[in-house]
Amino acid sequence: MTRAEAVAKVADAMGSGWLAIACNGMIGRELYTHADAPSRFYMIGSMGLASSIGLGLAIVQPSRIVVVFDGDGNVLMSLGVLGSVAAAAPANFYHVVFDNAAHGSTGDQCTISDRVPIEKVAVAAGYRRSIRVRSASELDHTLSRFFTEPGPAMLLVEVERGNQPGIGRVESSPAELTARFRRAAME
Amino acid sequence: MSPPVSQRFLDLLEHHGYDFFTGVPCSLFAGVTRILDREARYGYISAVREDSALGLAAGAYLGGRQPVVFMQNSGLGVSVNAIVSLNQIYDIPALLVVSWRGRPERPEGPEGRGDDDAPEHLIMGAVMEDFLRLLTIPFALLEPATLERDVDELTRTMHATRKPVALVVPKGVLHQ
Repeated sequence: MTRAEAVAKVADAMGSGWLAIACNGMIGRELYTHADAPSRFYMIGSMGLASSIGLGLAIVQPSRIVVVFDGDGNVLMSLGVLGSVAAAAPANFYHVVFDNAAHGSTGDQCTISDRVPIEKVAVAAGYRRSIRVRSASELDHTLSRFFTEPGPAMLLVEVERGNQPGIGRVESSPAELTARFRRAAME
Repeated sequence: MSPPVSQRFLDLLEHHGYDFFTGVPCSLFAGVTRILDREARYGYISAVREDSALGLAAGAYLGGRQPVVFMQNSGLGVSVNAIVSLNQIYDIPALLVVSWRGRPERPEGPEGRGDDDAPEHLIMGAVMEDFLRLLTIPFALLEPATLERDVDELTRTMHATRKPVALVVPKGVLHQ
């Protein structure tokens, strides 16, 4: 399964009114290209911080479902934040990690997630549950129930390396993304 | 008896609309963190790193809050990328309350800088103000006599620019 396919499947499983934070790199661009919405916030810098942003958001908006679209490189960069998520334990926090064991945006250089099972680290830190899926059919099956039980929960999706040719870049300016997201989050 | 400065400081922040508190502690503002840790109503989030605290604060801002991030000045180094590639380009404001370890106190000292403090603080302490200027972060030095005016002005600047501003905490004001 390509990462873009997996991102699209997760996005399609989201309900209206849910909020998404997408990490920097290709994942945000793939989410944007598949289905943009004001309730989706795409990062272009500050690698490693999507989980922190999603956590802060989930804490202050407990009635909204928050989905973080993250990558293995991003999670490994901020492993301590898994502890922050577990300690705060927001039931509305869902962490989806697209794991290709590579830094996809900079040329597929290896990360270490082939030897470090991130979903096990999350549970060891105190996430309520986590699951690893390896195929499109497993992902479909898991998505049918993943968001119905309380978080904090992690869904780790194994994806192929490589980027979709011609993937779009987010056209709105960062400041415009903030303004529209805040309006959507505070509705 | 009037409340201690740390409580008055928190009251002042709340009065100016701040309603989300996170950070990493420093002995120089230990009095504030003691209150934040003790009183659940502040919802203080003890962050694992300073840049993560900025991320938490950004998420809170996106959800409608007005955040404060506490950190030692050593944490400014950790936070540079978050400040410039998250807060400043996305127009995500925060009040940074940053302690000033290694502040030059005896310019005539052998090192010509804050040689009263531990070695790891001396270099950051010496360049602290230049560092904030370089990152174009408006800042004021927290002093009891000018505190109310400075918080008011910094908050106005923060709202007008939608970017982080900093209140620099010297030794001996918020430690208890």
